[in-house]
Amino acid sequence: MMSTDREAILARVSAALAPLPQRAALPDWERELVRMRQMQGVTDLAATFCTRLKGVNGTPLQSAAELADLLAKNNWTRGYCDPALLPALGASLAGVQIETTYDRTRVDDYAFGITRATAAIAETGTVVLTDADTSSRLAALAPWAHIVVLKRGDIFPDIPAALAALPTDPNVIWVTGPSKTADVEGILIEGVHGPGVQAVLLVD
Amino acid sequence: MASQPIDQAAATLPADKRASVYQSTKATHEKRTKLLFDQFNDPDLLRRRAGEIKQHVIENLDTLLPAVEAKLKANGAQVHWASTGDDACAAVLRIMQARGAKKMVKAKTMVSEEIELAHYLEKHGIEALETDLGEFIVQIDQDHPSHIVRPIIHKNRREIATSFEREGLGAYNDDPETITRRARQFLRHKYLQADVGLTGANFVSVESGRLVLVTNEGNSRFSLAAPKVHIALVGIEKLVPRDRDLGVLLNLLARSATAQQLTVYTEFISGPKHATQPDGPEEMHVIFVDNGRTDVLASECREILRCIRCGACLNVCPIYRQASGHAYRSVYPGPVGAVLSPLLAGKKFPELADLPKASSLCGACNEVCPVNIPIPDLLLRLREKGKREGAPLAAVGTPPMGAWALMASQPTAWKAALFGGKALNYLPTKLIPVPALRAWEEKRALPAWRGGEFRKWMKQRRKS
Repeated sequence: MMSTDREAILARVSAALAPLPQRAALPDWERELVRMRQMQGVTDLAATFCTRLKGVNGTPLQSAAELADLLAKNNWTRGYCDPALLPALGASLAGVQIETTYDRTRVDDYAFGITRATAAIAETGTVVLTDADTSSRLAALAPWAHIVVLKRGDIFPDIPAALAALPTDPNVIWVTGPSKTADVEGILIEGVHGPGVQAVLLVD
Repeated sequence: MASQPIDQAAATLPADKRASVYQSTKATHEKRTKLLFDQFNDPDLLRRRAGEIKQHVIENLDTLLPAVEAKLKANGAQVHWASTGDDACAAVLRIMQARGAKKMVKAKTMVSEEIELAHYLEKHGIEALETDLGEFIVQIDQDHPSHIVRPIIHKNRREIATSFEREGLGAYNDDPETITRRARQFLRHKYLQADVGLTGANFVSVESGRLVLVTNEGNSRFSLAAPKVHIALVGIEKLVPRDRDLGVLLNLLARSATAQQLTVYTEFISGPKHATQPDGPEEMHVIFVDNGRTDVLASECREILRCIRCGACLNVCPIYRQASGHAYRSVYPGPVGAVLSPLLAGKKFPELADLPKASSLCGACNEVCPVNIPIPDLLLRLREKGKREGAPLAAVGTPPMGAWALMASQPTAWKAALFGGKALNYLPTKLIPVPALRAWEEKRALPAWRGGEFRKWMKQRRKS
């Protein structure tokens, strides 16, 4: 049934291509082609990343103290944290209710989720998440605020560099700012199904 | 003589709808252009390279499809093939029935619109819920999307608020933020109850067997986090040869579609969830869908298969801006739809044979196309096909040209007409007794007649 569909489609493809005198070659292209003007001469990747992150309405955090302030300022008192991050962040999360397993039946109880980044892309302010380093897909997506912890040394300059080093992981997600839509009358609204606040805590 | 269906649709489009479609397409188009030219030294070369990459793909599908199938299987995905829309729907249903699955959450996919998947599944007792905000609104209104990227470009906040109230999503409130929050709250519980998450794919890398999805709202990530099964519907033309080629295409797609550098989420999906991950699908199925694409591949318009569905040609098109998407009577509106819809219609080509004429051939669509598709050329080829096959709709709105052909082939008659044409400047053209010509003239402003001026100039030149 399915296999006959396969053969039929491939046979039709071959028949359609048979009359072509020659096939279009795969063009070679220089990386220069996709290099953004703004990235020329950039040396401090972490600084550029933070500028770009702000440009897409993301929130860079330079220290655990800034994270504590963000939670307190917004009155986010209950959330999820990847257990692997607790030793480093525990002190700054004092006074906040932290859960280390995400209970999907109480999806509305988590104001924030804290998970690990695998890498980032400076030119676009993008954070790279992978299944291997994310303790829970839902915790990184469902709460209003997602805080992702990124090592300053894990930042790629641009998209080609990040593509060249794509990890072999079944679910690699590039996150560029908070989730958004402009479906209703073209008006930009942030926090559609995913986070309304996308923060990145940079650590050494 | 009747006017073209698209003219009739444009004539009956309410002025406020036309204004909103015009405003938002114009704004997106201008932002796109500014972004590309501000950020890249040679955005035009970028477009041409992207076009060459996709042309290579469609001309090598015979080897690339089996190669990507092998890669997907090695990554742990199951691969299915579907010749027709019905085959694709049946394949989805079979996968669901094998698991006893009853509920599906759908991300936005144009292929599922093509094959009318949601209707099919509902007929078979399965809840198939759209989760993209625009598509969700289209679904509760039993409407159709009118734009490839912005499904509800034709609706205003008041209509949406009324629909939400009717569906029991809270008292009437037309604030876009409130509308969005209510959809967020309603849908997140639906993801968590769903058995299956269905997505499309913007690209599939042959080299690594990765599906690439570009989204903004987070609904497709939810569909891949809560349910236990992931089904992806993929048109057979969606391949890219290597991961590095995504560097060209990703840099163009979001900028062309919504004037973003990247969409909020760019997802690279290559199989079921990681062993240590508590959330996510345990099974991944990829269904390669033909549904007329091999016919397009065999046609004189195969370049249209390069299309990456960004919607830039809709936004820049003067016809789309006047008529909006529903006027195209098919899943794909705008210039790309004028080419693709009649081709995908197969035996029903005559029913859409007028669409290739829904164009002023101004070429703006070709200029903005991120994969450099020569849309005006393709429209001309399809007009010719319509004429050749004698499709009645292809002739609608075309004045009879027999007399003109006779005149243009006789030098004496031509010269006389050039001279006599001057009379047009003094004639009330609104009163032309030939209805076909009058209908043609009503839609156009004729310039002043300058017939014979060039010949006069040539004569003068030879003398001097």
